[in-house]
Amino acid sequence: MDELRILSPTAILGYGFPPESFEAALGAKPDVIAVDAGSTDAGPFLLGGVIPRGMLIPVRKDVEKLLLAARRLGIPLLIGSAGGAGADPHLESVVEVVREVAASHGLHFTMAVIYSEVDREVVIKALGRGRIHPMENTGPLTETEVRQSAHIVAQIGPEPFVEALNRGAEVVVAGRSYDPSMFAAPALRLGYPEGLALHLGKILECGAIAATPGSGSDCMMGYLRRDHFLVEPTGPGRRCTPLSVAAHTLYEKPHPYLLHGPGGCLDLSECRFEPVDDRRVRVSGSRFLADRSYRVKLEGAGPAGFRSIFIAGIRDPILIAALDQTLQNVEGQVRDYFSGEGEFHVSYRVYGRDGVMGAMEREPFTASEVGLVVEVVSKSGELSAGACAMIRSTLLHCDYPGRKATSGNLAFPFSPSDISMGPAYRFTVYHLMEVDHPCSLVRIRYINV
Amino acid sequence: MSANLKLGEIASVVRSKNAGPYLYTFDVIFGDGATYEKVKRSGLLTAGKMAEVYGVPPENIIWAGFFDPALAFKFTMARPLVSGSPGERDAYGAQQHMPLFNLLVSF
Repeated sequence: MDELRILSPTAILGYGFPPESFEAALGAKPDVIAVDAGSTDAGPFLLGGVIPRGMLIPVRKDVEKLLLAARRLGIPLLIGSAGGAGADPHLESVVEVVREVAASHGLHFTMAVIYSEVDREVVIKALGRGRIHPMENTGPLTETEVRQSAHIVAQIGPEPFVEALNRGAEVVVAGRSYDPSMFAAPALRLGYPEGLALHLGKILECGAIAATPGSGSDCMMGYLRRDHFLVEPTGPGRRCTPLSVAAHTLYEKPHPYLLHGPGGCLDLSECRFEPVDDRRVRVSGSRFLADRSYRVKLEGAGPAGFRSIFIAGIRDPILIAALDQTLQNVEGQVRDYFSGEGEFHVSYRVYGRDGVMGAMEREPFTASEVGLVVEVVSKSGELSAGACAMIRSTLLHCDYPGRKATSGNLAFPFSPSDISMGPAYRFTVYHLMEVDHPCSLVRIRYINV
Repeated sequence: MSANLKLGEIASVVRSKNAGPYLYTFDVIFGDGATYEKVKRSGLLTAGKMAEVYGVPPENIIWAGFFDPALAFKFTMARPLVSGSPGERDAYGAQQHMPLFNLLVSF
């Protein structure tokens, strides 16, 4: 049968996967192994900074299993959004891991490294030419935001992966990629319909999350045919149902059936999800609507100063009732004391009351204690630590209406109580950029490993 | 006979999550077609209602609507802060679902 078999071992490279379901998936004779290695979920720190060394340990474990299997079967291994954020340094870290694993097992292959970091000047030039467009809720991009970015990456489409495969790459490691790209690329170069290939990619990039019970640390097989595809989890006890797969379409996307990506929009409004048996689902009707001009999403992040925090419990109901006013008074005193020392940002989370939802919390407060987290962010680590310390000491001993517990207001779990968290980061760019060609922003390097 | 039930009691999934760093998105997925149709026909789940439930301006609700193949209702709102900025409360946006869960439905 005319069919392409795609194996997704895990939702994110480094999340791991059970050996028995991986073996079962390999037994299904996949034509390609593809895996997503990144996300913006964890916030701006990865893109704005460097990959923490500890994160590479599970990545190395996964790479070793995947590379050995792919070479044994003689099939391509495609890794997208390498290093979490997919900027050049993150990508290089993962390329280094691949090289080390290859060396330690005596593996030889052609590797394509796809760089998708975008030079700030390129973005500024595009901005000047009116080729940068805001996303929902982002507002227009400014040159200042571009200049304050440590890294800007483009979410690349499948085309650079297709190019690398056509040039004979056996292993492809890419920077930031639109999540379905590396799953769809092997199919697109064989002429499978874009809508089906990208929709299958959208499901596979999350490992077995679209199964029930779902898991981000387990394998999923995709069987792509000319007019439909099948998905099947290979872990024992998991199954795909029409509902679990249809529901996954909604996952972390702003719209349930229109999914915008590089070069166009996936339209799933006419999709059919049908059971094949008790663990496989057949999907058809996915369509891809190409845009008139090819646009890619840019993501940028940069430093936001330095962060210090402290954590304390409060058990006294009189203080809890007066807490917001007391915090405001304390902050006022500390700001007076530090006037002329530079700007700093202070924020409070009162866990047990509205720590998770802030102003959106609708439930009345009923608990007998709260956990307070105080955060200070400023341009200087010393200023943040200093202001944090002074808020802590002032709050510890300040008066408030009706106070009876006059020996101290805070219960500290730790000594020292204050924590300097190092650099803070923020997103600077989340915009669409028009490009002349899907590979315009991309550089591909080929390496004989 | 009708009773007021929480949406979370009659749905099989009620969840929130970032849809990128600038948006929260919320999904309610029903376990059976009859319940889904009943809730959909009731007209309760609208963008305006979601703004009311979360105490945010109506213009913050970017999209709200149903997706029949998944027996699902979905809405998307502007995040109060860009993910991970100073003052962040929920970087993944995965714990913002309870006001939706607690919404009373005449059932």
